[in-house]
Amino acid sequence: MQLTEIRTAGFGGQGVILSAMIIGKAASIYEDRHATLTQSFGPEARGGASSAQVVLSDRPIAYPYVTAPDVLIVMSQEAYTRFAPELKDNGILIVEEDLVRISQLKPTVRVYGVPATRLAEELGRRMVLNVVMVGFFAAVTGLVSPDALRRAVVDSVPPATRDLNLRAFDKGYEYGLAKVSTPVEETEQASMELE
Amino acid sequence: MSALLEVTNPEVTNPVEPFLRMERIPHIWCPGCGIGTTVNCFTRALIESKVDLDRVAIVSGIGCSGRVAGYLRLDSFHTTHGRAIPFATGLKLANPSLNVVVYSGDGDLFAIGGNHLIHAARRNLDIKVICINNLIYAMTGGQTAPTTPGEAITTTAPYGCYEPAFNLCALADSAGASYVARWTTYHVRQLTKSMSEVMRKRGFCFIEIISPCPTLYQRRNKMGDGLDTMKYYKQKSKVRHGAPTSELAITKDGEIVVGKFVDRDRPDYLELMRSRLSEQLGDRYVETENLVCS
Amino acid sequence: MQADPRGVLTGVHFIDGDHACCEGALAAGARFAAGYPITPSTEVVERFAARIPTVGGTFIQMEDELAASIAILGAVWGGAKAFTVTSGPGFSLMMEHIGFAAMTETPCVFVNVQRGGPSTGLPTLPAQADMMQARWGSHGDYEIIALSPNSPQECFDLTIKAFNLAEQYRTPVMFMMDECVGHMTEKVVIPRPEDIEIYPRRLTRKPPSEYKPYEPAEDLVPEMAHAGNGYRFHVTGLTHDERGYPAMNAATQDRLVRRLKEKIRAAEDRLTFVDEDGVEDAQVIVVSYGITSRVAERAIEMARQKGVKTGRCRLIGIWPFPEKRIRALAQRARAFVVPEINLGQIAREVERAAGGHARTISVTHAGGGVHRPEDIFEAIMEAAR
Repeated sequence: MQLTEIRTAGFGGQGVILSAMIIGKAASIYEDRHATLTQSFGPEARGGASSAQVVLSDRPIAYPYVTAPDVLIVMSQEAYTRFAPELKDNGILIVEEDLVRISQLKPTVRVYGVPATRLAEELGRRMVLNVVMVGFFAAVTGLVSPDALRRAVVDSVPPATRDLNLRAFDKGYEYGLAKVSTPVEETEQASMELE
Repeated sequence: MSALLEVTNPEVTNPVEPFLRMERIPHIWCPGCGIGTTVNCFTRALIESKVDLDRVAIVSGIGCSGRVAGYLRLDSFHTTHGRAIPFATGLKLANPSLNVVVYSGDGDLFAIGGNHLIHAARRNLDIKVICINNLIYAMTGGQTAPTTPGEAITTTAPYGCYEPAFNLCALADSAGASYVARWTTYHVRQLTKSMSEVMRKRGFCFIEIISPCPTLYQRRNKMGDGLDTMKYYKQKSKVRHGAPTSELAITKDGEIVVGKFVDRDRPDYLELMRSRLSEQLGDRYVETENLVCS
Repeated sequence: MQADPRGVLTGVHFIDGDHACCEGALAAGARFAAGYPITPSTEVVERFAARIPTVGGTFIQMEDELAASIAILGAVWGGAKAFTVTSGPGFSLMMEHIGFAAMTETPCVFVNVQRGGPSTGLPTLPAQADMMQARWGSHGDYEIIALSPNSPQECFDLTIKAFNLAEQYRTPVMFMMDECVGHMTEKVVIPRPEDIEIYPRRLTRKPPSEYKPYEPAEDLVPEMAHAGNGYRFHVTGLTHDERGYPAMNAATQDRLVRRLKEKIRAAEDRLTFVDEDGVEDAQVIVVSYGITSRVAERAIEMARQKGVKTGRCRLIGIWPFPEKRIRALAQRARAFVVPEINLGQIAREVERAAGGHARTISVTHAGGGVHRPEDIFEAIMEAAR
């Protein structure tokens, strides 16, 4: 596998960093590949914009930063506006579709929307939306195996919330599987509607 | 004649000698200085309290009083200016079986090191702090200290000090010290008793010793020599055990209240740490006697 | 000797550099830490505070960095292995006790997760601008050991090395991280305790009557005693003789200060830690350290693709500066390119060591981010011309 660059972004409190942490941990520990997670710290990390970057590779990673992400996972409008222009031409954009309005996007970018907050609320806890996003990411990109990700979820959340988080992961994953199995035209249609 | 014989008899030594690094004597202190008197009291307190001398460590900061560590035949640490207490903090926490004594001056402990003192008292760290208060910076030549009383002349207050001074006992008390006493170098028996008491007491203990600096404070303020100062202490001091520490301020010519003001029991830092951690962590808590590496 | 298993979290972890540094300290046997909160280093002691009660040891949050930096020295003389962690402004406050530790030959580790300065500067953003402060920050003449990791794995491995070197040479060791490495998360493999080598404290075996606390052994390092064991020794920051007693004269000063310098300087070969690649036939050698070495790696790749023979000499040990190694490389390469997140601190050392045999191009960055690989690449291309 080539170097894959992933950015997760949203606002503070959405668990943006944790979602990236789960992806990185799954790849590096449970798939024995290499992953480097970096994050923007600072006053803005409390409540304002929050973002994390994960680089995945089969070989040791020297340069650890994302320059043009292959995958961008966004959970807020502000994050979309700020980071969408960075996306690779043929990159993948994953959005929380109730929170993000898509505009001025490169036409070659593939867009996948998921109502992660609503799905999380159906499970009773809005805060697991980030793990719904990770499940959805697993299904639509296939970059990291759902098995490894599930193990990383178990490893990364408080023991009392393990089951809830696994259900959140599965919910996002299944939603994603359904999405990718639908004909392409419909997906494009969906993304058109988003605009 | 017989008295003279006794003095010159090599078999008869000063009882303080075994506690001193005699190879470092003569010491640097001036004639009439009170520091030597306090060291004398301290060694007697070591005898009286029957503590294991191999387990007594003495920590000093910088200044005339800071030199005490170097003369005592104990594990001794002459640290940086103002930092004797945080050094002692690490020493004590690494090996709680040590009886850690901080021996330093008013400038070292209350100006540059003031923050450390109040925090060690707040934590009720089990160390004994002996503060020689000569009301001045002596080692550097007689500058204003945070203890210099109003109107006293110093090299940096040539027209008389106009800053209010700290009341050391009140500060130690309000920060949480378990034991607070003050004596002058005139009160050698009482001072020895206090020192002996704190060697056996757990928690943050503070003893202030009002002590002359004939060379710089007394001379510049026309208060005579060492002997005159003893007379002055005798005349001005008043024993008031249990006096509220707020009433202990020192003025240039006023009364010097002495005595034991605070003697209370409250859990020390290590007790607090251990009880909280074992309560929270249960069997997972690994309590250690000391942190000594091999 | 081998590591005490209680402190070793054997396994594969996905943790950041700050956390890995803490695990390294625990594995190295550190059982005492004192700290004062300061971004971006606080995570190290936060983890220590959480972990140490289940390992057996003490963390204390002191009232300031002056206190933290001398509390650890007290703990060392009380018998513990100890360290403190800070960043720029706190590092400035600790200088007094780095000097005291050097003078009293107290083995200990100071971790500095570097951020932008001077003064409060950039609390949350990276820099590598304390490299000279690490070397010269306290007053007087002394030599120091400083290491610089470039990954969480190295934060673990090299923290152990830092403790080992501190014990071997009886000196404070500066562990010079940067915000990027501190906050970067990667896989960290922690070996089994029996596979971790620990340099034991050089405790004297002499009886108290024969022991002189500052009598140097053959390698110029004296043996140590702990308080409470009947040695009744004296430690002072004043110039002292072999007995540890103050002796304030030029002759004692000369003997002591030269020995403090020489015990480390004489070990330069053993204290040269570099990671090299392609230097044998390189036209240009990139000398870098910490996060910048990883940014430089991309520039090196770019230059090689353009046909420029580019070597890498990554400094893992910064101080003592690997002068001999740089001098040797200067005989082969045409130029050194030295990127660093400061205005040219180590570049000057490289230039000095190169002694005119190779050109040195400093690629500076004032802090707050990392270089663009292109900037380093352009410097390489210029050097090759």
